[in-house]
Amino acid sequence: MKISRLELLTGRLLLLVLMVVTLLPFISIFTTALYPSNTVPSGFGWPAEPQWVNFVEAFQVANMLVLLGSSSFIVLAVVPVALLISTMAAFAIGQLRVPGSRFLLLLFVFGLTLPFGGIIVPLYYLERFLGLYNTRLAVVLPLIALYMPFAVFWMRAHFVGVSPEISEAAKVDGASTWDLFWRIHFPLAKAPMASLGILMAVWTWNQFLLALVLVEDPSQRTMAGALGAFQGHYATNVPLLCAGTVLILIPTLVIFVLFQRQIIAALLQGAVKG
Amino acid sequence: MKQRSFLLAPRPEANSRRPIRRELVVGWLFALPALAFYALFVLVPFLMSLEYSFFRWDGIGVMKWVGLKNYLTVFEVPVLFESIINAFKLVLFFSLIPVGLGLVVASVMHKVAAGTFGSVARTILFLPQVIPLVAAGIIWGWILAMPGLLNETLRATGLESWARAWLGDFDWALPAVGMIGIWVLLGFCTVLLATAIAKIDPSLFESARIDGSNWLQEFLSITVPLLRQEIGVCLTVTIIAALAAFDIVYVSTGGGPGNATAVPGIQIYILAFTEQRIGPASALAVLLMVLVLLVILPIQRLTREERS
Repeated sequence: MKISRLELLTGRLLLLVLMVVTLLPFISIFTTALYPSNTVPSGFGWPAEPQWVNFVEAFQVANMLVLLGSSSFIVLAVVPVALLISTMAAFAIGQLRVPGSRFLLLLFVFGLTLPFGGIIVPLYYLERFLGLYNTRLAVVLPLIALYMPFAVFWMRAHFVGVSPEISEAAKVDGASTWDLFWRIHFPLAKAPMASLGILMAVWTWNQFLLALVLVEDPSQRTMAGALGAFQGHYATNVPLLCAGTVLILIPTLVIFVLFQRQIIAALLQGAVKG
Repeated sequence: MKQRSFLLAPRPEANSRRPIRRELVVGWLFALPALAFYALFVLVPFLMSLEYSFFRWDGIGVMKWVGLKNYLTVFEVPVLFESIINAFKLVLFFSLIPVGLGLVVASVMHKVAAGTFGSVARTILFLPQVIPLVAAGIIWGWILAMPGLLNETLRATGLESWARAWLGDFDWALPAVGMIGIWVLLGFCTVLLATAIAKIDPSLFESARIDGSNWLQEFLSITVPLLRQEIGVCLTVTIIAALAAFDIVYVSTGGGPGNATAVPGIQIYILAFTEQRIGPASALAVLLMVLVLLVILPIQRLTREERS
């Protein structure tokens, strides 16, 4: 495609400005984190004596190791379970097409646009009643449930596209429905499951509201929830708050840079299909 | 499994229907775990929200039926009703600006940023989308603070009279929160739309060029109409983000100053967990869910009908 030099230059300049605006906030908290603890840094410059020790202090006061463990536990508890049960349900709806599957699909689709804030109050009382409040399960169980509309919808799109002849051939060979699912359809569904898994892992790691309301103890929360508590404690100590925020962002940023193609693709597809 | 289907098997005379019955049971068994989770932790709380919205309750004592009074409260108490208005004001920042600007940037990107430059731009612009919103709130809370980055920049460029505590200013707090939303959502919209533009048949652009149309004409007559579905997706995602906003507001302003940035999510939280007024909190929650549906359904209909 031919475009003029002027168009090329102005276009690239616009993109460059946008990239700088996107990156500046990250650079800003990084430099701020290097100012002496308990001071109010002014300006944007590199500090005269960078205080790398702030990161050590933030690592200790934020209890980073425990937080990493807690967040990882929650992600590892949510994602595999949510993946397996949503794939099974989508298999029933999209491939077995059991009677009533249209109703089932509608029931799940109903939850697609449901804001978490809409049900957070009853969830709190429900979990107090069930004795789940202030445990990691308090976040894990509702998250699995809240992902079901999207996850079932997403996996159904895959199963609808798989030719039913595969199932029929297997049935003629005497395979049970479970064999059919586990040996034939489950391996075929790996690609959409991988994208869905990435999506749910990112959402879980970043989940704030459920952690804030349902778990009082920050060390049992997700990373985002713990960051909220950290901000509450150190709001006045700006360099330390920034150091803590940087530390909490590092795992996300590393994972994003490593798997950026898959993550971007998954998030975009997720939006389009949802 | 065998035993179970035997137990559920119909009377012997209906034997011919047995395979169908069996398939039905097995099929529903596959859907059961997902359904059980969904019912217990989404559908039941949803119905409880509805129920609570008709009662006066402090979370501990006896529930007292009050009919529609809680809904009237939401509409009559200015602070609560304004939270709904604020949510719609946020739509401008979270949705209309990112989608509009995203369209322009995506179409520019398609033109001038092939290859490495393009993929680096994609990655960087997408970055705010993967970090927790809480972190975005903290980062921007600092940038927009009195001695923060924005005010320092204004001072350095001689615009000192503009400097202010953006998030603490009654007039500027909501646009400032909106600014954070633009930062988070612009990259997402841009990358999504750019991916879609890349799929448009290049010969369409070529022939437009030969006909002598400029960038704007091309943009309006080819890019925008062909991206109708993706624009719908961006609008849906970002409008939900605006109406159901919580994280960014909670962290950056907590709804203040006064109630200048209070959105329904924040008011539900305050009503239920600091004021123990479960009734109005639930009425607002129900209204929020209805509102999201009312706004999203027409968009879905307008932008998707052709495909189905």
